[in-house]
Amino acid sequence: MALFCRLALHGFFSFFVFLVLYLPPARAQEQPYFVAYDHYLEEPGSLEIEYFSTFGTQRGGNNFHAYWAEFEYGATAWWTTEFYLDGQTTFHDSTEFTGFRWENRFRLLKHEHFINPVLYVEYENKNGADKILKEGEGHDVESDFLVSNAEARKEHIHEVELKLILSSTFKGWNFTENTLAAKNLSNSPWEFGYALGASRPLALKASAKRCTFCPQNFVGGVEMFGGLGDRHNFGLHDTSHYLAPVLAWNLPSGWTLRVSPGFGLNDNSHQFLMRWGVSREITGFGSMVSRLFGGHK
Amino acid sequence: MKAAAAALAVSASFLAVSVVLAQTRSSDKPPVGAAPKYDPAIYAELQKAPEKARNRANPLQNDADAVAAGAILFEQHCAECHGDAAQGGKKGPNLRAVEVQGATPGAIFWILTNGVVRKGMPVWSKLPEPQRWQLVRYIKSLGEAARVGESPAPKP
Repeated sequence: MALFCRLALHGFFSFFVFLVLYLPPARAQEQPYFVAYDHYLEEPGSLEIEYFSTFGTQRGGNNFHAYWAEFEYGATAWWTTEFYLDGQTTFHDSTEFTGFRWENRFRLLKHEHFINPVLYVEYENKNGADKILKEGEGHDVESDFLVSNAEARKEHIHEVELKLILSSTFKGWNFTENTLAAKNLSNSPWEFGYALGASRPLALKASAKRCTFCPQNFVGGVEMFGGLGDRHNFGLHDTSHYLAPVLAWNLPSGWTLRVSPGFGLNDNSHQFLMRWGVSREITGFGSMVSRLFGGHK
Repeated sequence: MKAAAAALAVSASFLAVSVVLAQTRSSDKPPVGAAPKYDPAIYAELQKAPEKARNRANPLQNDADAVAAGAILFEQHCAECHGDAAQGGKKGPNLRAVEVQGATPGAIFWILTNGVVRKGMPVWSKLPEPQRWQLVRYIKSLGEAARVGESPAPKP
């Protein structure tokens, strides 16, 4: 079984390396957020492959490097589905595969409005050593991360996470607000959190020439996220909060680079998070899979 | 180990959904060699633009660079579905059609902004407004070029 899983995972990885190298990329127009979501979904039939990394400081313990891969597919113009694989390395401790997530986002209205709602539904199957800090929720605080990996991985978490994404675009700015409710499917209360984001391209008009360093290729902004307690103890008490400038660079080759230094806003938060990510959008993935399985040429 | 097996199971289902959706779309494609045919109703979406939106003028109508910039944007974001020369493609209709070329710039801008989400055309409001107007300028230039019998925009 172990050998089978290892071979299957290698095959899975090789398949996606093939996709990245050989299928036509699309010029992405990605927002710079790491935590907040806006209302823009993946184009139908396109696959975006993303790798993200978080370096975090840990008071009273070992710093860590958490990372995740995302495979984001535009199933329709109103539904995007996404699969994550998470892992982390805690310095002077160990490296762990911490679990997977399956996320779906549904656009609720067919036309663009001043505020555009998107419903987010995610299932997480992870262990207690997960440190990717992809959202702030409940009473999650820095001291939770002091537990060794050997101890933390014994905790198995099956969680459902719901978000209501409310996003607006006004004069080139994107403003987004995400409200989160998460429920560990074991006997735990509902936990809540939030994320806010604002971003804007450095230039709104496109250049008449192909260029790598044109200002319209850069999108800058800021995001803020944190927990709001749980059903029994709602509020800011014993919660962590972060503020993070964000920057994305959409390259003409189809790659997008993102970077974001994050700062803890209270004593319950990690003092510093350094995030970076790289992604590539591949158009025609759905058609390619169709041909692979004997669909129309 | 259980987690890895579960991850593989989810991956497989993810792939299966992709296949089903992709096959559904590709079954609509015409046979090889045939010109793509579209339901005329697809162009009726242009008529759904509210009057106020239809009457908007393109603020970049006289911008000397708008067509060239729009051509690059079209290649990056639209050609995958509408074809390299906007003649219609795997999923998107012919934008050189009279229905499109006869539409007002405001109506085309409205479609770009709102998409036709239920029929597979995504919302493009993530492109800033000036870029959407550059795209409109390029699309309308295809009709102008056809009338004078020359290619629409030089490749930058």
